[in-house]
Order: sequence, then C-alpha cells, then structure tokens
Amino acid sequence: MLLTFSNGVHPQEFKGWTHEKAIERLPFFEDYVIPLSQHIGAPAKSLVRKGQKVSRGELIAEPTAYLSVAYHSPVDGFVTAIELAEHPGGKMVPSIKIKADRFSAQRMSKKTINWKSLSSKEFSQQLQQSGMVGLGGAAFPSHVKFAVPDDKKCDYLIINGCECEPFLTADHRVMAEYPEEVMKGIEILHHFLKPKKTYIGIEANKADAINKLTQAAKQYPALSVEIVTLEVKYPQGAEKMLISAILKKEVPSGTIPLDGGYLVSNVGTVAAVAEYFESAKPLIERIVTISGSNIKRPANLLVPIGTSLKQVLEACGGFKSSASGESTRILLGGPMMGMAQKSLDVPIVKGTSGILALSPAEVRNFDTYKCIRCGRCLDACPMFLNPSTLGLLAKKGMYEEMLEENLLDCMECASCSYVCPSGIPLVQSFRVAKAINRERKVA
Amino acid sequence: MKKELTLSTSPFLHDSASTKWIMFQVIYALLPVIAAATFFFGLSALLLIAVSVMACLITERMFTKTRQQEASSLKDGSAVITGILLALTLPPGFPLWMAFIGGVAAIGMGKMIWGGLGQNIFNPALLGRAFLQSAFPTAITTWSVPDGRYFGLRGTNLALPFFQGESLDAVTTATPLALMKFQQEGTEWLSLLVGNTSGSLGETSAALLMLAGVYLGIRRVFDWRIPLSIILTVFLLSGVFYLINPERFPSPDFMLLSGGLLLGAVFMATDPVTSPYTSKGIWYFGFGIGFLVVLIRLFGGLPEGVMYAVLLMNSVTPLLNKFTRRRVYGHLKNG
Repeated sequence: MLLTFSNGVHPQEFKGWTHEKAIERLPFFEDYVIPLSQHIGAPAKSLVRKGQKVSRGELIAEPTAYLSVAYHSPVDGFVTAIELAEHPGGKMVPSIKIKADRFSAQRMSKKTINWKSLSSKEFSQQLQQSGMVGLGGAAFPSHVKFAVPDDKKCDYLIINGCECEPFLTADHRVMAEYPEEVMKGIEILHHFLKPKKTYIGIEANKADAINKLTQAAKQYPALSVEIVTLEVKYPQGAEKMLISAILKKEVPSGTIPLDGGYLVSNVGTVAAVAEYFESAKPLIERIVTISGSNIKRPANLLVPIGTSLKQVLEACGGFKSSASGESTRILLGGPMMGMAQKSLDVPIVKGTSGILALSPAEVRNFDTYKCIRCGRCLDACPMFLNPSTLGLLAKKGMYEEMLEENLLDCMECASCSYVCPSGIPLVQSFRVAKAINRERKVA
Repeated sequence: MKKELTLSTSPFLHDSASTKWIMFQVIYALLPVIAAATFFFGLSALLLIAVSVMACLITERMFTKTRQQEASSLKDGSAVITGILLALTLPPGFPLWMAFIGGVAAIGMGKMIWGGLGQNIFNPALLGRAFLQSAFPTAITTWSVPDGRYFGLRGTNLALPFFQGESLDAVTTATPLALMKFQQEGTEWLSLLVGNTSGSLGETSAALLMLAGVYLGIRRVFDWRIPLSIILTVFLLSGVFYLINPERFPSPDFMLLSGGLLLGAVFMATDPVTSPYTSKGIWYFGFGIGFLVVLIRLFGGLPEGVMYAVLLMNSVTPLLNKFTRRRVYGHLKNG
C-alpha cells in the first residue's frame, strides 16, 4: 500500500503529453516585463532608470522589507519603461519593462558561492538577494521559509515532488533530469536546517524520477534521505496532506508546519537553490509546463521570467483552434488551483508552474442543480470540512456563520467543486466568503 | 479582431458524474425491475407506473409554475424516479386513480412543500405510499396472483373514485410475508429470487434487485454502505432470532429475499437527499433501518415494515449528520 492522506480526489492526469519531454530552453525574445510584486509581502523597489543598460542576471530591484525579494534582469538589454503593467493575478502592478539586446549572446559568467562558510543569517540574506521564491505555485519567499527562528526547530525536512496537479510535469522533469541538483540542494538545506530526517515525497506515477533520485541519494549517505512513493491523488502535494501521508501527523489548525518541526519545500525550489550557490545565477528563469488539448506542441520549457504568455505559446506552435469561447481557457498554473487569463500579454512570473490551453475536451460546461446532499464533497475534502453545509450558508450570504463551520481551515484545493455532481461552485463561493469576512473584519 | 478569452475561477476540471447522470443511472437500473413487474403482472404494471410518473411530473410542474420557477427541474429526472418507485411499491390490482393521488402526495407533500429537490426530510415515494396506506388501507393490501397474463388487468385497476369497483379479477392471495406471519407458511427460495410470488410490483424479484444494487454500487451512483449495512443488520439480527426459535421466527434468508427489503435497501434508503452523508451516519442509518425492519416484521402488527423503517430513519437523518460530524483536520475535537 502506498502512503497517502484521507479523502481527496482522482482527476484524470493528462500528464502524458509532456511527462517524457526533456526540458528545452526557450529562445530569447525582444520584450520582457518584470512585475515588482510576484508574491505576498512587500513589492521590490526599482534600482534602474528608463533607458539604462542592464545585463543578464543584474539586480534591477531590491527588497524593501523582510517579506520581499530582489529582482534581476532576465536578459542583456535596456530598460524601456517602469510603469504599471498587467500581472497574471489580474491586477496592474508596477513593472520594469526591458528590451533585449539583439546582438548579445546572453551569456552569464559563473562563480560558485562558498555556502559552507555562511552563517544561517547570511544564507537567508543570500537567498533574498537571489530573488528565490517557492516555485511550486504560491511563490513564498524562500529566505523566510528557510530561516528557522531560534524558538523553533526543523526536525523533518520534506521535499515535495508530488506535482499532484493534472497536466503539470515541470517538477517531474527536474527530478528526472537534474537529480544531482536536487540532492545538492538538499545538502545545502541540510547544512543550515540540520533536520533529523529528510524525505522526498513523490507520487507513484513518476517512476523514472523515483529511480533517478534513489540513485543520486546514494552519493549522500550522510544526509539520511528517504524517498517515499505516494499514491497518485489530489491534493497530495498540499503541505498538510504531504505531512499526513509521510509522518501520519496533522498540523494543528492555526499553526504553521514549522511549529510542529516540519518544513516542506517544493523540489524545483531545492534544485534552484543548488543552482544559485553553484553558479551565482539568480532566479531569472524557471521551468514551465505548456500543455492542454489546445496546444499544438506541448513542452517543458526553461522560460526567462518576464517572457509574455503569447511568445511562449507561439514557441509551442500556438493553438490548435481558437482560444476564445465558452469552453476554452488559458490558465497559468494547474487546472485545480490555477488562474484563467483574459489576455496573452501577461508575463511569466516566478510562481508560474504551467501554461494550459484547455478546450472543450477538458472544460465541461455543467448545468447546476440543487444540492442533493450526496456527500461526495465530504468524502473529497482533505480537511474533513462539510462543503455541502458551507455551500448552503454561502448561498444564503451567511458568511460569518461559515466561520463556525471552519471556513478558514479551507485551503481552496477545489476538490469539493471537482466532485459536486450538481455543479455547485463551492470553493469559488468559499473564496468570496473569506474575502468578505476579511473586509468586514477590517471595516 | 481580438476576441476576449473566457474567464472563470478554478477548478477547470470536473468529475464526470452529474446529478442528472446519477438520476438517469437510477432510472436505467430500474428498467429491468419494471420489465420483471410487467412480466409477472402484465399491463397493470405498466399502467400503474405510467399514471404514477405522470402524477409526479404534473405535480412538480404545478408547484414550480406557481412559484415562477423554471420548468427545468423536471429535466433532472428526480420526479420520474419518485413516480416509478411509488408505483413499484403498489399492489398490481391497485386502482389507477388512487395511484394518481399517491403521486400527487409524493411530490407535493414529500418534496415540493419542503422546497423541492434536496430539501425534503422524507423519501417522497415512501411518503406517497404512506399516504396511500392510511387513505386506502384495503386497496393497498389486496394482492393479486402473478399469473403471467399480459393484457388482463388485475384487480380493480379501473375502479372509479368513490364507487365500489367491479372486480375484474377476484383471484387474490397473500404475500410471502403475510403467509409467514399469519399462517407460518414459507415460500420457495427460488420463487423469491425469481419473483413469481405475490407482492408489490417491484419487490418480488430479489435477483434483479440485487443486480441493480451491484450495478449502482459499482458505478458509484449511490453509497454502497447503505444497502450493505441494512442487509447485514437484517441478516444477522433475524439470524439470532432464528437460532433462538426456528419454529416461531423466519430464517434470515427468507427475511432478506421477501417483501420490500431489497427494493427499500437498494432504491429507497439510498436516496441521497434523505440519507446521512457522514461516514458514521451512513452506517448508523443502515443499522437503524435493519433493526426496525426486523422489529416490525417479527414483533409488530404488520407483516412488512420496510416503509416505516426507512421513513423513521429519514426523520433522524439531520440528527445523525449533526452528531457524526468528522473532526476537522488539525482540530482536537469535533465541531
């Protein structure tokens, strides 16, 4: 029996289009847009002027607070503007626009950083300067995540290689192609966090990744790394579900995993950390899965941050059929938690794990019916909430009562909406309810 | 020209089962049962089902019309299921006009006054039957023999309201359960399986009902734990009584195969609206129904108790849901 958590859902995987495709580098294009706010926390402050020449990897914006990271130019080129631009999240965000130098070879000089000589504090500062954030999707600043306060301890380091979202294969390819980088990243984190034990959790559908990492882990006997094969189930890659699956422990409501001694990090982030300390290359590119039935040539691409969605899609041959229509969607991220885009002009940001072009083959338009209390959502919710009752309360606008039904424990994994046979927009209404409760609290 | 891309919020994938799909799966599973009813009770069966379904559809439409709701609620198939299920609980010779009233009561009192689909406490089909049982106690306990004639109508199908109907077919008999209760007379095991015994339209063929249950369970249309817990409880509990006194109490296999138990366990108790949705609640619900069925059949005044057992457990479903809530992840206590 493979390890896993209770409840959850089994959406179709759709990973076959890209899971065997090696990572390719996307060619450089002309225009790049770097939003100065790509995660929660404070936006960065621009250090460049319009017209200024910048080189690839050069610092162009510095952090303004603890929960804030640096940004770097993805190319050799010129700053063309510093202005508001569309962000994939839907807002207009101050952004630095860069035009690439067409005659540059876009090379970067490499130098290694001697991480063994760093203190924990210096390590954290290095990460902040490298612009590192979690690459799994939420883009939480890594220097905050990997800074363990004095009153806390990281007993268990859990590397998240689940990639439970359908379609996405970026982490899978990282593990299959760069197992040494992953292990080096673990070595670095191990040095600073000193966990008792390190686990790498991988879903059973990535056998090649499991084999490669098992081989690579043999080179590091001192690290006590255990590779755990997990059942293919959504949302296996959610932090709390991964801890449940591997350690059979729950994270008490209202606390963070580190309070219990667990630290979970996405596998792609770990490899990126290793790359930074080996080459001093900051986070200026990331691996993105481009897939979906409406994409001509699905791929796993190494994409410079700031490349526009349109250019990435064109590099994959564009759409098979028109991308506008009731049953088509262009998403950033996975189909369960990703965001639909209204324009192709938005840039790829640090948290973009995938670009999906879905067509009617995947997007079914559902009639909605009344709740028949079938309980499928109760059997799906990994937090053991009662989405049925929450949904009825939301429909009546009883948002405060929803708090008593533990609305705030909902992590918006969307399993409830996925299974609801009546097509009731459950998780969608929970997001609205949370936002309204937040506003009421402020007001 | 630049066309707008469509926006919506995640998730963008959806499980293939829809409420309409669920309802139609139940209707498909009922088709063999309807065929068997027609085989054993002829045209009478089809007429009763047609009248009952019509009554349900008309009633639902009348209610949605007066409330200016859309007619689309008819399309979900739930009213059709109620109509078929109600008819399947009626004796073959039942007057059609009474069946019509039963359909009106089932949808009107059993579903629409509660607020429509998903809001009702009691199973609509069983509530309709309970209404008929109290309104027409004689007609609903007059059973005709399954004699394989197709066109000959049974009993008093065509009786007019408030007139003593001319009996077209006076050949009546007792159901296996009544035979057992009042005459201590058993029925062949094989007859119960095949269904050539007297009884309500849809309850006689145990084999088909079990097949339908297996189909619905495998396709995950309903929660298999409900029929399983009912059947297990009835089997074990009546087994204990049978071991204590085989002279007085029927054998557990007879208890399972006779009467409305399988029809109730497979099609009535599994109604998602009126059964609990928590894991523990589902098991308690099934145990409760099984327990009440055995109690009523062995110690009550009536030969059959499935209808009352399900309706009684329906009434405690909200309580079961409330008191069997699962502890939320990361919380120490329930609630």
